Amino acid sequence: MSTATTRPKRRMRLDSTVIVYIALIVVIIIGAILVNTAGRNFFSLGNIRDILTGMSVLGLVAVGQTLVILTGSLDLSVPYVISLSSLLAAETMRGNPNNIAQGVLLALAFAAIAGLANGLVVTKLKVNGFIATLGVGLIIKGYLDTNYQGSAGSVPAAFQFIGATGLGPVPISTIIMLALATLVFLFLRKTRMGHHIYAVGGSLEVSRLSGLRTARPIIVAHVICSVMAGLAGLLLASRLGVGSPTVGSQGGYDLLSIAAVVLGGTILAGGRGSIWGTIGGVAIFAVLDSVMSAIQFNPFLKDVVRGVVIVAAVAIYTGRGVERRRARFATKEVQR
Amino acid sequence: MSTPDVSTPGATPILEARDVSKSFFGIEVLHGVSLHLQPGSVHGLVGENGAGKSTLMKIFAGVHQRDAGTVLFDGEEVDFGHPIKAMQAGLATVFQEFTLLPERTVAENVFLGREPRKAGFVDNRGMSAKTGALLAELGIDFIDPNARVASLSVAEQQIVEITKALSFDARVISMDEPTAALADHEVELLHGIIERLKARGVAILYVSHRLKEVFDLCDTVTVLKDGALVWSGPTTELTPDSMVRMMVGRSITSFFPGALEGTTVGETRLTVTDGGNGYVDGIDLDLRAGEIVGVAGLQGAGRTELAEAIFGAVPFTRGTMTIDGEPLVVRSTRKAVRSGLALITEDRKAQGLALHQSVLDNTLLVIRGVFASRTRTVRREVPGILSSLEISFRGLDQEVQFLSGGNQQKVVLTKWLATKPRVVILDEPTRGIDVGAKVAVYQLMRELAKDGVAILMVSSELPEVIGMSDRILVMHDGRITAELEPGSSEETILSAATGTIGGALEEVA
Repeated sequence: MSTATTRPKRRMRLDSTVIVYIALIVVIIIGAILVNTAGRNFFSLGNIRDILTGMSVLGLVAVGQTLVILTGSLDLSVPYVISLSSLLAAETMRGNPNNIAQGVLLALAFAAIAGLANGLVVTKLKVNGFIATLGVGLIIKGYLDTNYQGSAGSVPAAFQFIGATGLGPVPISTIIMLALATLVFLFLRKTRMGHHIYAVGGSLEVSRLSGLRTARPIIVAHVICSVMAGLAGLLLASRLGVGSPTVGSQGGYDLLSIAAVVLGGTILAGGRGSIWGTIGGVAIFAVLDSVMSAIQFNPFLKDVVRGVVIVAAVAIYTGRGVERRRARFATKEVQR
Repeated sequence: MSTPDVSTPGATPILEARDVSKSFFGIEVLHGVSLHLQPGSVHGLVGENGAGKSTLMKIFAGVHQRDAGTVLFDGEEVDFGHPIKAMQAGLATVFQEFTLLPERTVAENVFLGREPRKAGFVDNRGMSAKTGALLAELGIDFIDPNARVASLSVAEQQIVEITKALSFDARVISMDEPTAALADHEVELLHGIIERLKARGVAILYVSHRLKEVFDLCDTVTVLKDGALVWSGPTTELTPDSMVRMMVGRSITSFFPGALEGTTVGETRLTVTDGGNGYVDGIDLDLRAGEIVGVAGLQGAGRTELAEAIFGAVPFTRGTMTIDGEPLVVRSTRKAVRSGLALITEDRKAQGLALHQSVLDNTLLVIRGVFASRTRTVRREVPGILSSLEISFRGLDQEVQFLSGGNQQKVVLTKWLATKPRVVILDEPTRGIDVGAKVAVYQLMRELAKDGVAILMVSSELPEVIGMSDRILVMHDGRITAELEPGSSEETILSAATGTIGGALEEVA
């Protein structure tokens, strides 16, 4: 802001993923101080394990949600896919270790079909993703409400092991989540389909003019997203030992996963964003939750903090994005 | 000169159109147009706005389908049903609106849909290298294949489009006014690229408004007027004069109504002193009652930005304004409207109208928003204003999306007239509307001037600027660089607009 007439230099844009991790570090530092003043150790192995565990389920859902949002769609059906997957798995296993494979396959097959339904409704019936997935979600919810009064089925101890064990302080579930995140990252970066997911989200018209079959990336993104939600359902079943018709909606995974994606710098309109940004967003939520329970923060105010964080993050991102047209002249302060 | 000469002898043309016709909604916009392109040459396509240049180009590109006639590509009849088919065949088009994804890199855009793979996986490094090699073939070393397209300048984005065309091994590249938004040195750069493409044997179809460019660059020229072929042949057989006469074909003065009797240029209504923001700088401006001031300049010169700054849509951050002698601080459009300003925006559909709402709701939009207490009075005036503009519509409750462009523009004008403005800013007021509606707009401007309103008209159509303005301001690179007399020639305005003051165009003019 020195002189009025010099052209601003082409600025290096700070990558939004970098900003997310800077924010994460800030949250960790502030959190550690708060937790320490409450007389607890933030960096204790137990606490770190809790935070990482907290990341696993939301991480799975949010990674899938990232793909869908990159295409310019949205998935509101995830909580119900999660719940029904947990039930299908637990009921198929019925405590018998021999049924684990069957249960897992059935749950994931159901999830894939739900995702396919979402994708087809969005691309073929041209229903906005918000409404399409809300509708599919409600259909599954209706099925859950009529057929289940409470928890059902049970998973064998061997399956519960996945949710309960870890390598040192790192839970297996988190390792699985991060491994899948890495796979999805490579999928986006190293396959044509991955590139086209960004392209259709960036502009459907440009993609069409470039000869892409624009429905495919959107359908694939929805299927992967639902399968990730199915995996989240399996993980929750493993932790609870049973299937539950409300485990998804109680976790609020629809809105929370969208929030984590947006917090991670992916724009809701699609076309820009990254998996690692999303993981950063998930981590910020996990750290916030852990800190707030450690300092025995009023549980009702937890959501207030979450809400403030989301709104602040989006405000920061859009503030950066608003200057679409590149300024020709530096803007000096008003002098009237 | 009236007999179309399309039988120039020479090698087999790479692209040929024979008697191509096209209608939209029953209105024929191309009447049996023929032209042919030779490999390794540049063919200029000139004509006024609405002459059919873009339509013809889009037929070649596979965006539109012709109704009659034939298109031969490399000696064979072709019928591209989809733009990608034309691209794959080797007929690429660089449109005025870019078809790039701003959030993706240069390489990702160039190879979109055809990403090179190695063992089934996208070879990102190879893709960058190939893009770099294509850029190098064009003599470009300053564009990083891994840069996000949004971070590039307009000229650089254009180069990316050309690179994309080249990546298809295009043998014909159509360019729709490629220099419209470019600065001088960038134009030179583009011309250098075109020379290289020529040397490779690529044929270029070049649409441009700039006569100098056409004469510098094009080996052959086709002139279109009102959708019909006027002339086609070697550039050397033309002079700028004869070309303009063929393009326009009528005298400008008869088209534009003169000032109405009793119009006097009176007191100063609006002044801007040293105004500036991120997009314009050093703006000194005064508009007087009864005066029409035209603003000319190339695309991207900052004309719309000037209009938006005065109107408070993107306010000035420096400088001062007055209206009727009173200091005026406009930090919002609401304040601007309250102060008696009106802005007829450039993009009618996106910025001027609520397309799904009725004519009545649209005309009352500003009144309801800013002067709600006057709504009942204005509601009674609206039908009168509309009919004085000779709008044709089914009724006040018709949705504006179903009106023609000209009638939509009349709704926008009514909306602003209802506020009884003191200063009216019109940004491209006749873009995309038919001749009858254009004359109505001009007539209205004259009437407003007679009533003592000060008018600022931004326009890309030079005949309009020349025909309507009492004074002509020319913008270049965000600044007002020249103030010209009424009736200045197109060449004078263009040379001021391109920044070649008193310049290079003289030899052509």
